[in-house]
Amino acid sequence: MDFIIAKYNYWIYIILMMIGFYAMIAKSNLIKKIIGMNIFQTAIILFFVSIAYKKGGATLPILTHADAHGEHAIQVAQYLNPLPHVLMLTAIVVSIATLGVALAIAIMMYRKYHTLEEDEILKAIK
Amino acid sequence: MIMEQAPALIVIISLMSAVATPLIGWLRKDLCYFWVILALLGSTCCSVLVLNTVMHEGIIHYHMGGWLPPWGIEYAIDHLNAMMLVLITGSSLLVAIYSKRSLEAELSDRTVYFYTLFLLQVTGFLGIVITGDVFNLYVFLEVASLSGYALIATGEEGAPLAAFRYLILGTVGACFYLLGVGYLYMVTGSLNMADLAEILPRLYGSKVILVAFAFFMVGIALKMALFPLHMWLPDAYTKAPSAASALIAPLMTKVAVYIMLRIMFTVFRPYFSIELLPVMKIMLYAGIIAIVIGAVMALAQRDFKRMLCYVVIAEVGYMVGGVGVANAVAIRGAILHVMNDVVMTLGLFAVAGILAYKMKNHEIGAFDNIFRKMPFTMAAFLVVALSVIGVPPTCGFFSKWYLIQGAVMAGNWTFVAALLFSSLVNVVLFFRIIETGYYDFGASGSGHAHEEGSAVSEAPLSMLIPTVIVAAAIILIGLYNQSILVNIINFAVPKL
Repeated sequence: MDFIIAKYNYWIYIILMMIGFYAMIAKSNLIKKIIGMNIFQTAIILFFVSIAYKKGGATLPILTHADAHGEHAIQVAQYLNPLPHVLMLTAIVVSIATLGVALAIAIMMYRKYHTLEEDEILKAIK
Repeated sequence: MIMEQAPALIVIISLMSAVATPLIGWLRKDLCYFWVILALLGSTCCSVLVLNTVMHEGIIHYHMGGWLPPWGIEYAIDHLNAMMLVLITGSSLLVAIYSKRSLEAELSDRTVYFYTLFLLQVTGFLGIVITGDVFNLYVFLEVASLSGYALIATGEEGAPLAAFRYLILGTVGACFYLLGVGYLYMVTGSLNMADLAEILPRLYGSKVILVAFAFFMVGIALKMALFPLHMWLPDAYTKAPSAASALIAPLMTKVAVYIMLRIMFTVFRPYFSIELLPVMKIMLYAGIIAIVIGAVMALAQRDFKRMLCYVVIAEVGYMVGGVGVANAVAIRGAILHVMNDVVMTLGLFAVAGILAYKMKNHEIGAFDNIFRKMPFTMAAFLVVALSVIGVPPTCGFFSKWYLIQGAVMAGNWTFVAALLFSSLVNVVLFFRIIETGYYDFGASGSGHAHEEGSAVSEAPLSMLIPTVIVAAAIILIGLYNQSILVNIINFAVPKL
C-alpha cells in the first residue's frame, strides 16, 4: 500500500495512459479516439513533470564537471530538475498540433460522409 | 563561413522556405514550384558539402547557437548521417521536380499548401537525421509525421480515414519514443546522444534502462511499419496523392530504420543491444516474418500501389532482420540496403505515379500494352524491378548479397531462406506486371483501334526525367558499390 501511495503520481500516469490507449484502440467514434489520444499525451506530460520532483533532501541543479571525469558532479536523482517542464512546453505544442491535424481530418470526413463513426465511414467508402 | 554553417543551413533552408511558400503562392501560384526546387537544390548542395567534409575530415560537431553539449543542442554528423542527408535531399529534389504535372491532375487547387507541407516534411526528415539530441529528434519526428498525415489526407477517396488511422498509430509510436526519452532522462539527466553513450554503460543493469529501450524499440517499430505494426501503411500510401507517396514511401520507413540504428548502436553500446538483451533474436524473427508476410500479401494484391506497399513492408523486414543477424557483414548489408531501398522505392512509386497520371487508375488489370505506349517509363521500371528482385549489376543485388553472406556466416538459415523466398516472389510480382504490360488484352477488335491503342504516348518530361535519373542511379550505385562501401558505409558500421 505504501508503495502505491508513495508514488501515486506514477500510478496515475499509467492509469491515464491506459484510459487514453483504450479509447484510441476500442472506440469507433473519431472524436472519442481524438480525446483518447489527448489523454494519452497528457499522461506523458504528467510523467515528465513527476520525474522532475524529488522528495526530501533535494539539491539545486548545479551541474559541474568537478571531478574531471566528464561525469556530472551531482547525481540526477538528487536535484530538483527544471528541464522536464521546459521539454513539456515543446511536447504540449506538439500535442496541440497533432490535435489540430486530427480534428481537421475528422471535419474533412464529416463533410464528406456526414458521420463520425468509423464503421459507417468504412461502409460509405466501399 | 558557409562551410562551417552548412549543417545548420541544411535544415534552415528548407524550414524557412516552407514558411515562405504560402507568401510566394499568394503573390503568384506557379512560382511555388520553382521556389521549392530552388530551396531543395540549396539543401542538396549543403548536404553534399557536408558529406564531402565528413569523408575527408571526419565527424562534424556543430553546436547550435554556440551552446556546448550536453546542455545545448548538438548536430553530430558522421558517415551514416551524411549519407542519409544526401539521400533525403537528393530524392526529395527529384520528387519536387516530378510533382508538377501529377499535382496539376490530382490537386490543382491546393498546390501551394501541398508544397508547404512537402518542404516541412523534408525539414522533419533532415532534422531527424542530422540531430545529436534525443529530444530534438522527437520534435523533428513529429514535424515529419504531422506533415505526412496532412499530405496523405489530401489523396483520393478514403484517404482521410487512412490518414486518421496513421495519425492515431503514429502518435502512439511517437509517444512511446518520448517515454523512452523520459526514462533515459530520469536516470542520466542528459539528452545528448554522445553524453548518454558515456553515462549509460554504468547503468546497464538498471530496469529503467530496459524499459526505456523497450519503449524506443516499439515506438520506432510502429513508425517503420515492422510487420505486426504495419496496419497503417498500405492504406495510407495507396490512397495518398502520387507525389506525396513518392516522397513519403521511400523516406519515412528508412528514416525510422536510421533512428533504430542510432538508438541501438550510438546511444546504447552495441554490446548492450547484442549481448545483454535477447533483442537481436526478436528482431531477426520479426524481420523474417515481415519478409514472408509482406511477400505473400503483395502477391494477393490487384492494385499496383498497394502491392508496392507490401513490397515496402517486406523491405523493412530485410533491414531489421539484417541488423538482427548482428554481425558486421549483415549490418553493413542492412545499411547499404537503407540506401538502395530509398532509391528503389522512389523509382517504384515514381513509376506508379506516372501510370496513375496516364491511366487515371492504379489497378494492375488496367495496364494493357503500357510497354508500347510508354517505352522509356517502362524501361526505367524494368531496371527498378530487376533491382528489387536482386539481379546484378543493379544495386539491389549487392545489399542482398551482403545480407545473405552475413546470415550464412552467422548460420541463420531461416533468414537466408526468407530472403531467397522474397526474391522469388518479387520475380512473380513484377513479371505479372510485365506480362500485362506487354500484351494487348483489351484491344482485340479491328486493326485501326489496335493502332490507336498502341501509339506511343510517353509521360511528360518533368515526370519522366526524374524517373530515368533514379533508374540510372540504381545501376550506378550497383557499379560503384565497392567505393561507396569503402568510403562511407564501412565507417557507419558499428564496432562490434
